[in-house]
Amino acid sequence: MNLHEYQGKEIFAKYDLPVSKGKVVTSLDEVEEACTDIGGSRWVAKAQVHAGGRGKSGGVALCDTIEEVSDFTKKWLGKRLVTYQTDKEGQLVSCILVEECTNIADELYYSAVVDRSSREVAIIASSEGGVNIEKVAEETPEKIASISLNGKDVSKGDIEKICSTLKLNETQSSQMEHIVRKTVSMFFECDLSLLEINPLVIKDDGNLHCLDAKINIDSNALFRQKELQEMHDPTQEDPRESEASKYDLSYVSLDGNIGCMVNGAGLAMGTMDTIKFFKGNPANFLDVGGTATQERVAKAFKIILDDPEVKVVLVNIFGGIVRCDLIAQGIVAAIDEVGVEIPVVVRLEGNSAEKGLSILSNSSSKIQSKNSLEDAARTAVELAK
Amino acid sequence: MSILIDKDTRVLVQGFTGSQGTLHSSQSIEYGTNVVGGVTPGKGGTVHLDLPVFNSVNEAVEQVQPNASLIFVPAPFCKVAILEAAEAGIKFIVCITEGVPTLDMLEVKKIVDGSDITLIGPNCPGVITPGVGKMGIMPGEIHLPGRVGIISRSGTLTYEAVKQTTDLGLGQSSCVGIGGDPIPGSSFIDILELFEADDQTDAIVMVGEIGGSAEEEAAEFISQNVTKPVVSYIAGQTAPPGKRMGHAGAIISGGKGTAEDKIKKLNESGVVVAKNLLEIGSTIKSLMS
Repeated sequence: MNLHEYQGKEIFAKYDLPVSKGKVVTSLDEVEEACTDIGGSRWVAKAQVHAGGRGKSGGVALCDTIEEVSDFTKKWLGKRLVTYQTDKEGQLVSCILVEECTNIADELYYSAVVDRSSREVAIIASSEGGVNIEKVAEETPEKIASISLNGKDVSKGDIEKICSTLKLNETQSSQMEHIVRKTVSMFFECDLSLLEINPLVIKDDGNLHCLDAKINIDSNALFRQKELQEMHDPTQEDPRESEASKYDLSYVSLDGNIGCMVNGAGLAMGTMDTIKFFKGNPANFLDVGGTATQERVAKAFKIILDDPEVKVVLVNIFGGIVRCDLIAQGIVAAIDEVGVEIPVVVRLEGNSAEKGLSILSNSSSKIQSKNSLEDAARTAVELAK
Repeated sequence: MSILIDKDTRVLVQGFTGSQGTLHSSQSIEYGTNVVGGVTPGKGGTVHLDLPVFNSVNEAVEQVQPNASLIFVPAPFCKVAILEAAEAGIKFIVCITEGVPTLDMLEVKKIVDGSDITLIGPNCPGVITPGVGKMGIMPGEIHLPGRVGIISRSGTLTYEAVKQTTDLGLGQSSCVGIGGDPIPGSSFIDILELFEADDQTDAIVMVGEIGGSAEEEAAEFISQNVTKPVVSYIAGQTAPPGKRMGHAGAIISGGKGTAEDKIKKLNESGVVVAKNLLEIGSTIKSLMS
């Protein structure tokens, strides 16, 4: 689960990390009071969306008057911001973060992430900030310090390596040590999978300062992170994706016209690949999961059909835990309930597959059952043309 | 011989009396697995599926001497369950549960790595040695005793590979689902090593997917250490970057973990990559004849 920058900074503040004084506004009326409260004579207004690249897309503005902050708010609030990280529709801007202005001397990069290879939390710090870190890693690896922690422990040597790579002076080094220790505590206490400060800046007075905050929480740990779970902003997701997640269905919207309903994430990806192999285009990834009930299958069906691009639905179920006859009942129920106008191609295999197929063949004429994935995929691709 | 499960494997089920534990334990027993009992705290002393229930793994170890544990407990309690089995001296642990927090697994993995314990999962279908026994949730009837070793990050894709090798009459020596999480208990490499040393395995199918670098690391290992033919399939060749495809591990981030990179690296390491899901069986057959 992703957080907005303003939410990340609220947590940063709780961990005593240096962030700018700021206020979140959700309507034009709040702008003047926010600016007055923050004080000063210059402000930075930042559109809050779950995507990077906001600055380059006009989603961040330096404002010299309260009026300019109002203009920015009026321009973006309720609109959609398109960046290189979003799709062509962009992300809804439901609030604006107004902050005091920071005078920057230098931009650095800092992040903490779960490193799968070392099976540890890793810290990555670079003297090149505000840019794409993958590019820095490729072109100038000497500018990056990459440290694999030992559990929750941060050693003196780790801190020294980071500070020397970032070429920090003594005062800055002790500030950096504070940032490293606090972010590592936060990482473990909040069950994060990513924490990124890009840029971490050196202000013109020489002090380190967190200018951005990107936080990603491990969705599997939300059961013990209730407070963070409440920060979830469903407006940042595809409406079909968030509807699906309410029913524990894993759905990702794609741009093709063959709706897919599959059990298991791997087989769902494999089904998409198979459709592409036969020159078709999947409209979605959808994993109904291992414990699919009739109700969830019906819901999955409705979500797929809600996409107006879908011309045919391909159902590919390999029953291990999930029983194919239950899936078949779910499909029949959904078709009865929603009134399906398009063809449905079904391949059932494994647990109770024969029972499932006989339920389907006795129902709607819209359903075509196939014995193999190859037949099913070829038929779906043909019907989608 | 087979890997991980043989006729001497005595299985304890943690989370024995829950709905998943009950369903899959009874199917495992039906398949011929030697299940010796189960653990459900608070239900010790009762009998479930004609087998004794214990309050703790320690109690079970004292009374029925299991040497393997199969875990179905809910995700918030998996860390404790795995560590309890490890502390009680169980050397082979399979955790089926989906949704275990990543930082819990970091902690578990550290302890397991420093010991002689083999942990499979979490978020996996488990392990089966066809005709001998199964610890997991896979449908037993699609398997056939044979000579292909199968390793996979995905449950239903494992079944697909199994069915194809069964239909072609090749059968399987053992099948291991290592799970789709970012921090699995065992990696491809751990299992490749076992199959390479196993005299019942003639060839290996490795089913990977997008995300992480486990396939690349496995490719490196294969080029140095595996003499048996290896066929691979990588799922998610058409997945868009930045989107998590169901499995927590299946996400292409920052240009890393793409199917293209994995396939290239596997090809360079002498692995034959099936170009689509439907050709896993025929590809391995062509290498075995």
